[in-house]
Amino acid sequence: MSNYIKLVVLGLITLISMIAINYARDTAYMVHGVIVMFVAGGLFLYTVRRTDEPEPPAAPQTEYFDSVVRAGVIATALWGVVGFLVGVVIAFQLAFPQLNLDWAQGFTNFGRLRPLHTSAVIFAFGGNALIATSFYVVQRTCAARLWGGNLAWFVFWGYQLFIILAATGYLLGSTQSKEYAEPEWHVDLWLTVVWLAYLAVFLGTLVKRKEPHIYVANWFFLSFIVTVAMLHVINNLSIPVSIWGSKSVQVFSGVQDAMTQWWYGHNAVGFFLTAGFLGMMYYFIPKQAERPVYSYKLSIIHFWALIFLYIWAGPHHLHYTALPDWATTLGMVFSIVLWMPSWGGMINGLMTLSGAWDKLRTDPVIRMMVISVGFYGMSTFEGPMMSIRAVNALSHYTDWTIGHVHSGALGWNGMITFGALYYLVPVLWKRERLYSLSLVSWHFWLATTGIVLYAAAMWVTGIMEGLMWREVDANGFLVNSFADTVAAKFPMYVVRGLGGVMYLAGAVIMCYNLWMTVRSAPAKEAVGTTAIPAE
Amino acid sequence: MQLYTMLRQIADSWMLLFLFLFFIGVVLWVFRPGSTKTYEDTSKIPFRHENKPATSEEARK
Repeated sequence: MSNYIKLVVLGLITLISMIAINYARDTAYMVHGVIVMFVAGGLFLYTVRRTDEPEPPAAPQTEYFDSVVRAGVIATALWGVVGFLVGVVIAFQLAFPQLNLDWAQGFTNFGRLRPLHTSAVIFAFGGNALIATSFYVVQRTCAARLWGGNLAWFVFWGYQLFIILAATGYLLGSTQSKEYAEPEWHVDLWLTVVWLAYLAVFLGTLVKRKEPHIYVANWFFLSFIVTVAMLHVINNLSIPVSIWGSKSVQVFSGVQDAMTQWWYGHNAVGFFLTAGFLGMMYYFIPKQAERPVYSYKLSIIHFWALIFLYIWAGPHHLHYTALPDWATTLGMVFSIVLWMPSWGGMINGLMTLSGAWDKLRTDPVIRMMVISVGFYGMSTFEGPMMSIRAVNALSHYTDWTIGHVHSGALGWNGMITFGALYYLVPVLWKRERLYSLSLVSWHFWLATTGIVLYAAAMWVTGIMEGLMWREVDANGFLVNSFADTVAAKFPMYVVRGLGGVMYLAGAVIMCYNLWMTVRSAPAKEAVGTTAIPAE
Repeated sequence: MQLYTMLRQIADSWMLLFLFLFFIGVVLWVFRPGSTKTYEDTSKIPFRHENKPATSEEARK
């Protein structure tokens, strides 16, 4: 019966997307119509072939739902490489403007590719990592199979569809020009549906848990899912000009819109890139170190302090704008108070290794996790410092900001994700070990050196351009033109691009290593078949 | 009174006090007597049920 309902819905979606293609007012909307038509039409055929056939037996509740996690791991690795590659391309575009490719103007220029890069790494790479690890962790720490059956597959594939729609939209010029929230209204609506399904799967699993207590990693994951839902909906309140076109108009305007955008933007950092990834940290570091987290009490205080403070920090993006001073001061003060929970969390992650520090020498995976926590500490030190109004006067609009973001994203988010992938692949594919630990070491050193080159180049160029912009001569005239700063930044841009190449090379090595782990590492013997000697 | 002014006043006074007290409450709750033992057990959750969900008999009440 449910198949008939599915067929009706899928048929209607296919039909509506055909009408949308016909009436489409812009190319991006038409291309999205084509994509949705093929996806819905394909699913229609898939469902027709399974209708009125004997149903496959329901999955047993005595097993974990790991196939969706495996798919998430593959998607994370692939999107990671894509996102880093686009990042390298646009880094070199800044150094060598010819790479904007005259013959492909309107598609391959920096302005079109930049949101593709940011969304690919944050939402495609980071988002898939978060979905996959949260599905893995919530099952293990609740001792229960994922709730909702195939709803988890809907979340996974629905999220990939969102990524495809967003990416094609950027290239074709469909954007609402909100940083990290570029997709237009129809894509936003789709993401809302997928995200609510994600929340339902996660909450449903928590409800049917067999452990009395909700492990701290799940608190972080849950706060990430709930807050991102709230941020996404409020920041994307807009009215489409036509339901047959991409263009929409924001409901808020002026400084209210700016404040909403950076309330969203900073909490995307705070809850997507911090709380969610802290959920990973609180599960995978104890697992890899084979000892429980250093202080569970500290982890609870870490959680509540982080979510109570982060939500207020957004206004520090709007120093010296039309936003009232009291609001920017509030944002600045809360950003600085954030030092406490951030470093509390870092100490908790690092001290989990106390008594097992020797593992740093022998296990490159734990080295990766530890350096990610180190970068977490460094970038959460740098961030509050840059939010201070006087520092911001120098750093704002310069490449220092970009360096800061990348030490957090490449160092903290990237490295903890790599660590989690190295942990997950042997477990999920039932392999005894990784294919090669020396390749993990190669990845580690390439990525670390790459980040150091990147961040150092951006500090130098950022502070330099900030100082050049404010330099005045004895008569009060500006000394440098904007083009002077651009010319002066060239060497640092090349170094930054090289750092990106190294980071990308490390990720490619990781993909090869994980692939070979699945292909050729010895299989792990099934639990229970080996005789355990009596002790 | 404008909605904005009213919300500002609530946010600046009672809501601020409530959130602050809630946070202090969490900290005090974490250090309640006997919590060390509870949390020692809780922090070991990742090391149970690695391969299979818990059965109803195993479920910890």
